[in-house]
Amino acid sequence: MACSSSTDLAKKLCLDESLWANSGQWIKNARQSAAKRVEDQGLPKRRDEYWNYTRPDAFLQKELDFDVVSNQSFDIFSNNLSTVINYEDGVLKEKLLPVISGCSIESLQDAAKLDDHWAGAVYGVPEAAGQDPVKRSLAALNTATASQGLLLLVSGKVKNPIKISAVSNGSIDSTIHHIVKVEAGAEVTLIETGQYGARANVVLEVEVEKNGSFHHIRVQDGQQHNSLTHIFGRLGPNSTFKSFTLSVGGTITRNECILELVGDTSSATVAGACIGDDKFHHDDTVFVTHGAPNCESRQVFKKVLRDGAVGVFQGKILVKEGAQKTDGYQISQSLLLDDNCQFLAKPELEIYADDVVCSHGSTSGAIDEEALFYLRSRGVPKTKAIDLLTLSFIAESIEEVENSELADALLRYLTAFLEVR
Amino acid sequence: MLEIKNLHVQLEEEDKKILKGVNLSLEAGKVHAIMGPNGSGKSTLSYVLSGKKGYEVTAGSAHLEGNDLLAMAPEERAAAGLFLAFQYPVEIPGVGNMTFLRSAVNSQQKLRGEPEMTAGDFLKAVRAQAKNLKIESDMLKRPVNVGFSGGEKKRNEILQMAMLQPKMCILDETDSGLDVDAMKLVSQGVNALRDGNRTFLVITHYQRLLDHIKPDIVHIMAAGKIIKSGGPELALEVEKNGYANLLEETA
Ligand SMILES: Nc1ncnc2c1ncn2[C@@H]1O[C@H](COP(=O)(O)OP(=O)(O)O)[C@@H](O)[C@H]1O
Ligand SMILES: [Mg+2]
Repeated sequence: MACSSSTDLAKKLCLDESLWANSGQWIKNARQSAAKRVEDQGLPKRRDEYWNYTRPDAFLQKELDFDVVSNQSFDIFSNNLSTVINYEDGVLKEKLLPVISGCSIESLQDAAKLDDHWAGAVYGVPEAAGQDPVKRSLAALNTATASQGLLLLVSGKVKNPIKISAVSNGSIDSTIHHIVKVEAGAEVTLIETGQYGARANVVLEVEVEKNGSFHHIRVQDGQQHNSLTHIFGRLGPNSTFKSFTLSVGGTITRNECILELVGDTSSATVAGACIGDDKFHHDDTVFVTHGAPNCESRQVFKKVLRDGAVGVFQGKILVKEGAQKTDGYQISQSLLLDDNCQFLAKPELEIYADDVVCSHGSTSGAIDEEALFYLRSRGVPKTKAIDLLTLSFIAESIEEVENSELADALLRYLTAFLEVR
Repeated sequence: MLEIKNLHVQLEEEDKKILKGVNLSLEAGKVHAIMGPNGSGKSTLSYVLSGKKGYEVTAGSAHLEGNDLLAMAPEERAAAGLFLAFQYPVEIPGVGNMTFLRSAVNSQQKLRGEPEMTAGDFLKAVRAQAKNLKIESDMLKRPVNVGFSGGEKKRNEILQMAMLQPKMCILDETDSGLDVDAMKLVSQGVNALRDGNRTFLVITHYQRLLDHIKPDIVHIMAAGKIIKSGGPELALEVEKNGYANLLEETA
């Protein structure tokens, strides 16, 4: 018996022999303490304030509440040079992982067999720290149960992006846990495209050391699937973290990003754009903690909603005592293409230092009629004109992507996506 | 080319009548000017002809080469050959000027069932036209009209006109906000498009634009009606005596 626990859930976790068989000590320890967190905190409930706008049921109930379709992904970045790693139905497809310069790539399942591993100092650590002040038990549940994921140890400047390409074909519930450690002065770009399962619980933990830089670009497409993702990041001195997510598919999606700037002059950007119709429900929940002076953070989110779709943004900037000269920025905007859709925004600032600049804003608007008429008066048909204005609305968030090749690929993809929508 | 008969227009939102029976007949190849005090309904006429929302036509008609303009969507009117150079060109952040021009040209060709211009030909044509109008390549890359000066916006309107090659051009106060040099550039741009068949309706508050773009016929509009029409000398009369006399005359 790997652990002893009282609640049903925790017991179930402990009894899942497949997780514990052949497992090394480091992962056993991490899973046990995560199981304890789940047990102590309990799972999210509808009445939890943090789940006010998105019902947690979609990620908790036993059965999927929709017909599962095979989800096709379009490879946006096929033209860009990258190191590709494939996942199918939540399982790593590669027999051998690529060997590249500046970064070691291992699978969680292989590393878990060892008794001692560098990942022991990272796996579940930012996640555990991210449980305060808000409980994120589904992320702890992920730490406790995940058997699939990648462990990236970045020691140099990695030239080409590492791309995880995921497809799902059936009614798979998948739990994925990636960790990335960027060592001092090292750099890497991680791309994630597609979806890991009909329902996915994904955790990405990122540790960026002094002068290191981590870029993350994610594309969530495909048709019906529910995704709950958590990014937990810890930023060392003078480090950079940038994450951008484009969501053009899925049913219920909640993307949480919890960042802690623990080193001076570090810089974090979390940005995203989504487009959806009908049952599309898209939630961005962001929590950025400034724990050191002279750091900057940006949150830039754009949501295009149509025909009953719902967009949610909960974003917080917490500036701790002593985090002077913090520069915090947050903007969330929605473009409502008709009267049926909803955008719910809850921007928050909590500041305990006196010499900081923090600004935030949230807007919700329809298509600009003047601009629409101007375009149409030049012969651009209405639907095409709306597409152009939609693209221009989203473009501002794509500007947050530093790599211009990847930003262009995102824009090209969106243009094509809007044309066939 | 353009036949406007007894056009009555009021606002959709409130019970306010703006055009009260406008009649205009523009033959192909001619330049007509409309002058008139502020608020007389000149811009409203141009908007109604190009299909802007918010106006209700309560009586009358407008036909372009026999086609019922009022029954068409704005983009169809454009494809049929109508072009309005806006009094206040709209800023569109995030849409590049070049992308905008390209979609406009392509869309019109598609709507008319013509083959699309190749990217190379398009680029060549834009460069040549932009050069004539002294439009820097930087202005072509920037978002549509964003951060453009008043004069740049107006030149950009003429660039679009030159690229789209419309049959019927309406220019709404294209001279406002232009200094003398810019006015010359813009007028040259317009005059270069006069080919004996293309028709112009030049709306202006002042006579000075008409020194550069010589009208065949001048109309005076007041309180939603054309109160007087005549030759180019009518514009000079307005310049000298203002609108007051004319208004009294017809009152
Ligand atoms: N959308 C509108 N809403 C309210 N009033 C309008 C609108 N459009 C025009 N008007 C009014 O109609 C009248 C004519 O305006 P306009 O056509 O702009 O005149 P002009 O171009 O001759 O100066 C003015 O009194 C103006 O205030
Ligand atoms: Mg006017």
